[in-house]
Formats: sequence, structure tokens, C-alpha cells
Amino acid sequence: MKLADVLGSGRAELLALTAEHLLLVVLAAGAAVAIGVPVGILLTRRPSLSRPVLAVANVLQTVPSLALFGFLIPVLGSYGIGRLPAIIALFLYSLLPIIRNTYAGIQGVDAGVREAGRGLGMTDWQLLTMVDLPLAATVITAGVRVATVISIGTATVAAAIGAGGLGTYIFRGLRMNDTGLILAGAVPAAVMALVADALLGLAEKRLGRTRRHDARPSVALRAALPATATAVLAGLLLLAWAGQRGSGGGRVVVGSKDFTEQVLMGELLAQAIERHTGLEVERRFELGGDLAHRALVASGEVDVYVEYTGTALLSILKHPAETDAARVLEIVRAEYPGRFGAEWLAPLGFDNTFAVLVRGEDARRLGLKTISDVVPHATSFRAAFGQDFMSREDGYPGFARAYALRFTDPPREMDLSLTYRALASKQVDLIAGNSTDGLIEKLDLVQLEDDRHYFPPYQAAPVLRQAAGRSHPEVAEALQALAGRIDERAMRRANLAVDGERRDPKRVAAEILDRIAPR
Amino acid sequence: MAEAASAAASGAAIELRGVELEIGGRLLVRDLDFSVAAGETLVLLGRSGSGKTTTLKLVNRLREATRGEVRVEGKAVTAWDTIALRRRIGYVIQETGLFPHVDVEQNVGLVPRLEKWPEARIRARVHELLDLVGLPPATYARRFPAELSGGQRQRVGVARALALDPPIVLMDEPFGAVDPLTRLDLQRELSALAQKIHKTIVFVTHDVAEAFALATRIGLFHEGRLVELAEPAAFARSRHPEAVAFMETLDASGAALALRDGGPDRAARGGEAAG
Repeated sequence: MKLADVLGSGRAELLALTAEHLLLVVLAAGAAVAIGVPVGILLTRRPSLSRPVLAVANVLQTVPSLALFGFLIPVLGSYGIGRLPAIIALFLYSLLPIIRNTYAGIQGVDAGVREAGRGLGMTDWQLLTMVDLPLAATVITAGVRVATVISIGTATVAAAIGAGGLGTYIFRGLRMNDTGLILAGAVPAAVMALVADALLGLAEKRLGRTRRHDARPSVALRAALPATATAVLAGLLLLAWAGQRGSGGGRVVVGSKDFTEQVLMGELLAQAIERHTGLEVERRFELGGDLAHRALVASGEVDVYVEYTGTALLSILKHPAETDAARVLEIVRAEYPGRFGAEWLAPLGFDNTFAVLVRGEDARRLGLKTISDVVPHATSFRAAFGQDFMSREDGYPGFARAYALRFTDPPREMDLSLTYRALASKQVDLIAGNSTDGLIEKLDLVQLEDDRHYFPPYQAAPVLRQAAGRSHPEVAEALQALAGRIDERAMRRANLAVDGERRDPKRVAAEILDRIAPR
Repeated sequence: MAEAASAAASGAAIELRGVELEIGGRLLVRDLDFSVAAGETLVLLGRSGSGKTTTLKLVNRLREATRGEVRVEGKAVTAWDTIALRRRIGYVIQETGLFPHVDVEQNVGLVPRLEKWPEARIRARVHELLDLVGLPPATYARRFPAELSGGQRQRVGVARALALDPPIVLMDEPFGAVDPLTRLDLQRELSALAQKIHKTIVFVTHDVAEAFALATRIGLFHEGRLVELAEPAAFARSRHPEAVAFMETLDASGAALALRDGGPDRAARGGEAAG
């Protein structure tokens, strides 16, 4: 999908993502107002609490957003991915500006005015609602404004945990090397932030005009607080209910990780199930890191997704490396049911292992065919790897040891899809991609042979939650038809169709399915 | 009951008996023993920080005495419901503490509204009060504090304090921030008003001329103690060094008046002395 598609046929999706984005922000900011304002008020009444509470809120805000999202996954258990954790994270980010401004706004109310109010016999509640809040309203609104603008920006990151929103385009664009698509997510988000900023700025100004005859902010505030609280509560209940519904009834939830091949395989699984069973399929795609695995085994939010044997062996089961493909499959098949209540179905046919890539021109000029051929040139080569490769057991550390590779500069750690870009534009000279990546062809890259057999096999196969398999035995049957039907070439072509030719993964997956099992 | 009866008999609206306030090891006021008779205007005079404002706040319980007892209408302030006590006592402070976000009518009608008076009665009362302090309601009721002059704001502050017709009014340097001419007007009006409405007024100031313009009695504070309490005539003759010092500030204005009345001769000499 390219930018033109987003503006043309994808306009409905753009609107849906924008609405989703807005919903995340409104619910989070609404909850932050409902909690933050009362907390700010409490701090003005119990000043000894102000230091610790503001310190905690401060710390929360300094946690990087991806880290916070990641942290919420184990904490929230069965609600660890999707909208709820995104809203909670955005809520936590919004708290500080709102608490701080409520506190500062009320502290800033003229002492004489408050003293006069008390001296005239106002109760603390009357002082709060008739003096403190109306006079602090401008400052409090400024806090809400800051919180909202921050939330709109941060919400783009929430797409990484399956919360949707405009970040979906940004991540998709990064993955597909498509600047237009990145802009399709970034520009509406920026516009939304500007509009929110302007509207709340207007509200701030109106509240500031307290010396005018039409201003009765105390009434408005008193009505607004319970209304917001109710709306937020209702929204959260609705979301919780929606989350519950996800894995029950005649529905199957298909997951995918956050790269093109996975989205394609997710589509393939989903459409195969749709074609051969009467089940309704929910798609939970583009889950970052090992979220798809966790959603399957920990929370049951995902019923089936495509996993790779090598990943399961090393990253999930933490076994030592093993290079024999059949042996690896045997191990994961034996261990999954007992440990995770999940089973491996027959492999799809292709092996997506790490591909050490260099530019075609370099390979031809230097005669590079195997990874060992690079070793003499390593000191003049700059390398970049995805975060995943840098951190995992079978990734960079073992790889460098196995080949005695020594780069002059330590490899740069960056987003995997950006490494392709960096390689093609000669900012780096060597990366580790995926052997089925369509960009290998498109960007004229050469995959170097793993001549020391360092990388374990990464056969792709559907992993099915056993509970889901028991209640819907037709799912395993439908997926059995895919066994061994997609080889590396087919996969590389399909990936290229999406990444290179910007075709819709849905359509590409449908074509693969048509070829395997004509209707 | 016996106490209340005796207080009523003595006619004391406010009584302080052995009152002391200590905050963080510092005595803000000490040995306060005096009473204010119903209907009198007691002016508390003293330098900044001498304890006069603190004393005022002990009466409406914005401050709590650490020793001794403060009584209002024969009953210890600690025995009063605090909100009821404060609504029985009008309170005007410097710069008046008017609420900047509501208009004059709402400022003056504040306490009646808290008391849940019907709106029509509040309106009538507000208009009556604004007339009383010389601000025609038609012109001023809908204005906001920022749209008033300093003197007008003080008048609104007085009107607000009188809203529930409290028998006692506490005034803490209410005219401190207005120009001297307006100030004189306000003093004259207040003293006329005091006679008309027959309130017990406790008025705090550091301006001895203001004290003489308003007081039925003057109380002098010095370093947390009430060092002199007398009718104006007796106060003028006090030998207490602090009272003498305050009287000398009057001499300075007397000298100015003499300069005006004494002719060019003395003015020239004054000029030489200054040069």
C-alpha cells in the first residue's frame, strides 16, 4: 500500500485509524483529568505529600514510551496488548502535567482572596469550588493541554503493542521503506496535535477572561468533572468488555509479529480459516518483539500465529543452538504442549534465517560469497543490526565469535527496516536481514552464505493454542492444507510484492492461497 | 450559661483572657487581657508585626490561641461552630480579598448565597448594601473588581462584610492601599456608618491619624503585647514611649500645618534647615 492508496481506497482506513488514535488520547487524557485534578487538589490540602507524589509522577514521565509499554505487558497479564495498556501508558504520561498544574494553579491563588473567603465563613469545599478551582482553571487547562499534545504524539508508539492508531502507518512505512506511508501517519498525528493545542488554548483563554460578565467557570467545572469521570469509566468498562469478547465464541484470533512476512502469513492463516470454516476471524497483527508469543501463551489473546523453529528454540525455550532442522522441530514440538499449552502444526515450507547482507556491487568487486570472505575486510566495514539481532542469544555476540569478525567501530543498533535503507545508501556496509526479505532483490543486495553453519534453522510453522484447537478442531484442519506449500522463493516474491511493489498484503495472501488450494 | 449572662450584662462583644499565641517557639502575642464593648469602635494601633492582625484573626479563629481564652458574645470561640462564628463576624482585609472572577453583586451576595437565601432577597440586600456604601447598584452591581478604583473596591469589601448584618466587624487595615484623599473619605463614611448601624468594630491600622478619626478607644500593640488601651483623649496623653513615638508622627503633620499657617518667614527657615 502506498500513500496514494491511503488517500484513495484506503481513506476509510485512514479515518478509522485517526478515530482510533483520537479515542486513545481522549480516554487517556480524560482519565488523567479525572484522577490528576483531585490528586493535585489533595496535594494543596496535604502539602507534605506534594514532594513524593510529584517525584513519582516525574519519574513516570521520564520512562521511555516503548519501555513503559513493554513493562505494562507482564503487569496487565491478559490485557497486556491492545488498547488498554496503551491508554494506561498515555494516562501515566498525562498525569504529571495535570497534577503539577492543578497544584501550582491553586497554590498561586492570591492568599488574601483565600483568607477573605475563609474569614467570611466559607467551608473548605466552598473555598475549593468557588475560589480555588475557578481561579486556577486557566493553569489547570494549560496542564491538560500539555498532557493532550504529549499523548497524541506518544500514541503513535502504541501501534507497536497492537493498539492501532496513526502509528500503524508509521511502523508500516518504516518496515516497507515507504516515506509516503510514514508521512500518512505522521502528518495527521501532527495536525491532530496542533488542532488540540489550538482548541485547548482557546479554552484556556476563555477561562482566563474571568473579569467578563459571561464567565461562570465554577459552574462549568463542577459539571465537567463528574461528566468526564463518568465518560472515562464507561469507556474503560466498554474496552474491558471488548477485550473479554476477543477470544470467546465462534471467533479465532490470528496474530502476527510486526514485519511484512508475518503480516502476510497472518493474512494467509486468517483467510485459510475463513475459507474453510464458518469461524469469524479477528486479526491482531503487527505485534512487536515477542508479544505475539506472549499473547498466545500468557493471555490467550491470540489463538494462532506463525512462529519460527529457531526463535522458539533459542529465544523462547532458551535451548543451546542446534543446526539440524528436523531435530529443532522435534524439540519445540515436544516442549510446547507441556510448557505453553500450544502445539506446532506442520511447517509451511520456507526457512527464514538470518541473512548477512552486503551491497551487490561490493560483493562483485571484492568477490564476497560467504561470510568468511568478509573477515579480511571487516576492519573497513561498518555494520548495523536490528535491536533483535543485537540482543538475542543467536544474534550478534555469538555470530561475531563464530566468524572471529572484528569491526573497527562497534555495530550500530537500529530499527531493522532502517538497516536496509542504511545499507543501500552506503551509510553502512553490512547488515543482518531476513533470508526471505523481498528487499534483497529490490535493492540489489547479496546474501552471504553461512559457511560455518552458525545460524540455526528458522522454519516457519503455525503455532496453535491447544484450548482453541480443542474448541475448533476445524482450524488445524484448514491450516494443514498449507503444509510445505510455500518455499523461500515464493516467500521472497510475496514480500517483494508488498515491500517493493506496494501491494496490499491481503491480496497477495489471497493469491498465494488461490495457488495452493484453488476454490 | 452563667458566663454568657455575665458577658451580656457587662456588654462585652469580645473578650480575651490571658491569651497567648506561640508558633515555632516564637510568641506572636502574649498576655492579652481586654474586652470590646458592644457597639464600640476599638482601633488597634501598632507597627508592622506588633501582633495586631494576629489578634484580629484570633477572634474569628483563623488563628487558634495556644493559651488563654477568646470569647465572642460570651461564648468561647472553641465552643462555636467555626463557620457559624465567622458568618456572625464581618471581615474586611487590606486589598479586601474580593473574588476577581465574579462581579460586585456576587461578591457582596456571597455569604447570603452560602446561607441559601432566596435569590430575590439576596438581590434586595445587595442593592441596599451598595447604596449604604455609596455605590449606586445600577452602575456598579455588574462590574468586576478589576473595573473598580481602589476606593470603590474597599467599599465593596465593606458591603460584603456587612451582608448578613453581623453584630461584629473586623477590619484589617482596610484602607491601607488607597490614596490619602480617598482614605479620608472612607474614614468619614465608616465613622458615619458605624454610628448608623451600631456595630462592634475592631479596626487595625498603623496610622495614628486614622485611629483618632475612627476610634472610641485606641489599643496600642508593641512586640506582641497590648501596652496601652484608652479613649482617644487619654491616649494622646499617654507616657508610654511607643505611644509617644506614634503621637510624634502626628506632630510632623502638625508641623506641616503650622508651616502652611505660619507665613513665609517660618517656611523660609524650614527651607534653610532642609538645605
